[in-house]
Amino acid sequence: MAKLHFSLVSPERELFSGEVDQVDAPGSEGDFGVLAGHAPFMTTLKEGRVKVFNEEESIVFDVRGGFADVTPAGLTILAEYAAEVL
Amino acid sequence: MPSLKEMRSRIASVKATQKITKAMQMVAAAKLRRAQDAAQNGRPYAERMAAVIANLAGSVSGEDAPKLLAGTGSDRRELVIVATSDRGLAGGFNSSIVRAAREHVGRGIEAGKQVSILTVGRKARDQLKRLYGDRSVAAIEAGGSPSLETARQVAAQVLDLFERGEIDVVSLFYSRFVSVVTQAPTRKQLIPASLETGAPPIDLKGAAYEYEPDEETILAELLPRNITVQIFSAMLENQAGFYAAQMAAMDNATRNAGDMIAGLTLQYNRSRQAQITKELIEIISGAEAL
Repeated sequence: MAKLHFSLVSPERELFSGEVDQVDAPGSEGDFGVLAGHAPFMTTLKEGRVKVFNEEESIVFDVRGGFADVTPAGLTILAEYAAEVL
Repeated sequence: MPSLKEMRSRIASVKATQKITKAMQMVAAAKLRRAQDAAQNGRPYAERMAAVIANLAGSVSGEDAPKLLAGTGSDRRELVIVATSDRGLAGGFNSSIVRAAREHVGRGIEAGKQVSILTVGRKARDQLKRLYGDRSVAAIEAGGSPSLETARQVAAQVLDLFERGEIDVVSLFYSRFVSVVTQAPTRKQLIPASLETGAPPIDLKGAAYEYEPDEETILAELLPRNITVQIFSAMLENQAGFYAAQMAAMDNATRNAGDMIAGLTLQYNRSRQAQITKELIEIISGAEAL
C-alpha cells in the first residue's frame, strides 16, 4: 500500500515526520481521513485529536489551533499547540 | 609609580575578573547550543506557514483581500517593534539592532510619518527611552527564554492597535542569526504581510485545491497567527544571536585580561628587582663608607 508523508509541526518543534498509512484529523467542518494520493485540500482544524495509523501501530496527538494542508507531497499539520497522547 | 603592594592587588583583581569572563563565556557557549537548536526547530513551522499564506494570497486578491495582507492603503502611521535581549554584556549585539531601528524611525519621522514604538526586551527599552520615550506604546520584557506566550502577548497588542485603526504599517527589528560569528540586524515587515518566501510554489500536479471553509476564512485565521509566529521566530533568532555575541565578547574580554595580567606581572617583577638592586647598592655603599 502506498504511504502518505505526514508531518506535524508546532512553533517549538517538529513532532512527527515520516511515512504513514492513514491520518485522521478533526476538520473545522467535520472530521476527515487522509490516505496516500488525496486531492489537494486545505482546512482549519478544531480542537481535538489527530490519529496517525501506520502498520499495526497508531499514535494520537492532542491538537489545538491547527491547520491542515494536503498536497501531492503529503499532509502537513501546523498546530499552535500539539502533544502526543500517551 | 604604584607600590609593590598596590600592584599585587591590581593583578589579583584582574585575575578575578578574568575568571568571571571565562565562566560567562563557557555558560554562553552551552546556552548557545540550546538556543541554536530551538531556533532550528522553530523554522519549519514559520516556513510552512509563510508558504501556505503566499499560496493562499495568490487566490485571494483585490477587493476581498484581508487588510492584514493588503494593508490599509496608507503608510502614514507606522508601528516599529524593536526586539532585543533583556541583558547586556554581549558586545554590540543590542546596540546594532537599536541603531538599525533608530535610523529607520528617524527616516520615517523626517518623511512626516507618525511613528510609534513597541519594545520587546529591556535593552531596547533602555536604549530608546531617552530619544523616543514619548513614542513608546508598550515595553514588554523578553523573559529568560523565548516563549510563545510572550510572542502572543506582543501580537495581541499589535493586532489590537491595528484593528482600532491606529496604525497602517508594522515592522519588526531583530537580529537574524546567520552564524556563530555573524548576526545581522534585520527589518521584517509584518503588516501588510510580506510574501517573499524562499520556498518554491507547491506543485499540485494539475489538481485544484479544495478549501474548507473557504480561502478568505482560512486566511483570516492564519494571518493573525502568522504575526505571532513571526515574532516568536524573531525572538528565537535573537536568543541564539545573543548567546553567540556574548560568547565572542567574553572570549575577547578573557583574552584582554590575560594580556593585562602579563603586562602587570612584568611591570611588577621589574620594579621588585629594581628595589632589590637599590637596597643592595645602599648596603654596599654603606659598608664602603665605614
